[in-house]
Amino acid sequence: MAEITLEKVVKKYGAVGVVHGIDLAIAHQEFVVLVGPSGCGKSTTLRMIAGLEDITGGLVKIGGTVVNDLPPRKRNISMVFQNYALYPHMDVRANLGFGLKIAGQSPAEITKRVSEAAEILGLTPLLDRTPAELSGGQRQRVAMGRAIVRNPDAFLFDEPLSNLDAKLRGQMRAEIKKLHQTVKTTVVYVTHDQVEAMTLADRIVVMRDGHIEQVGTPMEVFNHPLTTFVATFIGSPPMNLLPATITGGAVQLSDGSTVPVPDRLRGFVTEGMKVQLGIRPDDISPIGHGLSQDGPGAELRLTVALAEPLGMESLIYTHIAGQEVQAKLYGPRIVQPGETLDFRLALDRAHLFDAATGRSVRAA
Amino acid sequence: MIKAFTTRRPEMTPFLLLAPAMIIMLFVVAVPLVFSLWTSMTPYQLTKPQTIHSFIGFRNYARLLTDSAFWIPFGRTVLFLTIALNVEFALGLGIALLINKITWGQRGLRTIMMFPMMFSPILVGFQFKFIFNDNIGILNNALQSLGLTDQAIPWLVDGKLAMFSIIFAEVWMSTSVFAILLLAGLFAMPRDPLEAARVDGCNAFQVFRHITLPFLMPFAYIAMTIRSLDVARAYDIVKVMTGGGPAGRTELLWTLIARTGYENSKMGMANAMAFVSTILSILFTYYFYRKLLAARRFMGGVQ
Repeated sequence: MAEITLEKVVKKYGAVGVVHGIDLAIAHQEFVVLVGPSGCGKSTTLRMIAGLEDITGGLVKIGGTVVNDLPPRKRNISMVFQNYALYPHMDVRANLGFGLKIAGQSPAEITKRVSEAAEILGLTPLLDRTPAELSGGQRQRVAMGRAIVRNPDAFLFDEPLSNLDAKLRGQMRAEIKKLHQTVKTTVVYVTHDQVEAMTLADRIVVMRDGHIEQVGTPMEVFNHPLTTFVATFIGSPPMNLLPATITGGAVQLSDGSTVPVPDRLRGFVTEGMKVQLGIRPDDISPIGHGLSQDGPGAELRLTVALAEPLGMESLIYTHIAGQEVQAKLYGPRIVQPGETLDFRLALDRAHLFDAATGRSVRAA
Repeated sequence: MIKAFTTRRPEMTPFLLLAPAMIIMLFVVAVPLVFSLWTSMTPYQLTKPQTIHSFIGFRNYARLLTDSAFWIPFGRTVLFLTIALNVEFALGLGIALLINKITWGQRGLRTIMMFPMMFSPILVGFQFKFIFNDNIGILNNALQSLGLTDQAIPWLVDGKLAMFSIIFAEVWMSTSVFAILLLAGLFAMPRDPLEAARVDGCNAFQVFRHITLPFLMPFAYIAMTIRSLDVARAYDIVKVMTGGGPAGRTELLWTLIARTGYENSKMGMANAMAFVSTILSILFTYYFYRKLLAARRFMGGVQ
C-alpha cells in the first residue's frame, strides 16, 4: 500500500515562497496529475515527494510513514525525468539494472527483472546500446523501464514527454496509460500540458502560484471548474469569459444585451452581482452547426472576424458585447470574415464566476 | 615572376603557398631530427668532432639494450611518472570536488590554485631544495621544534627520501593541472543523472563512484596525457634538487641523457638514449589517448 499524503507542505527558497502549504491525499494505485503553468510549484512539489528538495514546512507521508527527512533512496519511489537522465556510460541493460545492482540483488534476479521490463516496453533489441545510440522516444522508454524494474511504491514523472515531438508525445502518452494499467502503482505525474492531464489522470490537481486551485477527476475539472483560472487553463481553446451583471434575473452583458441565467445556477446569484459569464467555444455555434440544438439557450446575431478551418470543424473569432470570443462551427462549411450568422449559446453548459474572487458562484 | 609562374602552372599554387611553412619546418624540425638520428648511429663525442663521420649503425642502441645503467633510470622514470600522476589525480580530484561545493569565493580560489603552475620549475626546485635541506631546511627545523624528531632527517641525501622529496615537489607544482581540468568536468556535468542515481538508491559515495567518476574520467585522461608528456621529460626539478644523486638514486632518463651528452660528451650515445626515451612518451600518450577515446564514445549523448 502506498498512498501519498501531503499535509500543509511549504517550500521556500530563502524568503521566496514557492509552494504555500498544500494538502493532497493520493490513494494507492491512483494516477494523479499535477498540472499548471510554469512556476506554479508543481515540479517542486514532485521533487519534495522524491526527496530531491528539502521540505520547508508540513509533512509528506508515503505509505503512512513521514518521509520528510529520509533520503530519496529510502523512500522506495522511482522517478522519470524530463531529460531522461540516463547514465551515459552504461548500456541500456546496465541502466535498467543499476538500481537493482545498488540494492544488492543477485545477478540472476537482475537479469530476470531487466528482461521482463524490457519486454513490457519493447526494449529487448536495444539492450546492448548506449543512450547516445537511442532516439528520444527510446531513451524515454529506457527511463520508464528503469523506473519499473525496481518495483517501487510510487512512480514520479516530471514532465516526461515535453522533450518529444508532437507525434511521439501522443504515442508515449498512450504507452504510459497502458503501463499504468499493467503495472498497478501509485503515480504522480507533472505536466504543463492540459491534454496529458485530461487523458492520463484519475484525478487532476490544478496548481497556480504555489496553491492548489482545484482537485477532481478530469470530467469534474472540465465540467465544473471552480475558478476562472481552471476554466481557462483546462480545455482548448480556452473558455470565453465575458464581464456581466445580474440584472432583473438575467445576465446583462457590458453592452446592455441580456441572456437568461442558466437554470442550474439560478439559486446561486443575487440581483446586482458582478459576474463573469464563462462559455466554452464548443457551446457558441452558428444555428444548425452546434453540438446540441435543444436545451436552454440564447440566440445572438454575430459577425465573423476570422475563421480557421480545421477540417470537420472551424474555429471562429467573433465579438460579443465588444469582446473577442472564440466559437466553433461543426460541419464542413466554409465561413468568410465579415459574414453575419445567427449563433446559439448553449447556456446549460455555461458558467458564472464571481467577478471579485474569480470563483464559481456555485462555490462562493 | 611568381604571377607568371602560377599562371603557367596553376596546379603549383598550393605548393607555392605552402613553401614558406615547409622550409621552416624543414630547418626547425626535420634537419635537427635527421642530424640527431645520424649522430645516434656514430660514436660522436663533443670533444672529438671528427667522430661524427664514423658510422657504426645500431651499435649504440645494441649497447643500450643490455646496459642496466640506462634501464634502471628508465624504470625509475616510469615509477616516478606512475606515482606522481596517481597522487596528482587523487589530490586534484579532491580539490576539484571541494571547490565545486564552494559557493562564495570560488573564482578567487580557482586563481590561487593555479599559482604553483606559474612558477618556473627551476625555482620550485630551489624552493624545495631549501625546504628539504637537512641542516638549514625549514622542514627539519619545524619537525625538531615540534619535538616530532630529535635528529635531522636527510631528506635529499637518503636515496628513498630524495625520490620522495622530488615527487613531492613535482606534485605540489602540478596538481592544479588535474584540479582545473576535473573542475571543468564537474561544471559540465548534467545534474539529472545524479538525481536519478539518488532516487535509484545510491548513497553519496555510490553516486560518486558510479556516476560522477565515470563522467570525469575523460577529463582525467586529458590531464594524464598532458602530464605524462611533462613528467616523462622531467629534468629541471631533479637537476636542481639532487642532480640525480645520491649515487644515482634519483637519476631519471633526461638527467642521465644530459649527463651522458654534456658531462661525458658522448653525444652519439645520448642521442640514442633520447630516441629510445621518446618511445616511453609515445606509449603513454597512445595509452591515455585510447582511454580518452573509449570514454568519450558514450559521452557523445549525455542528454
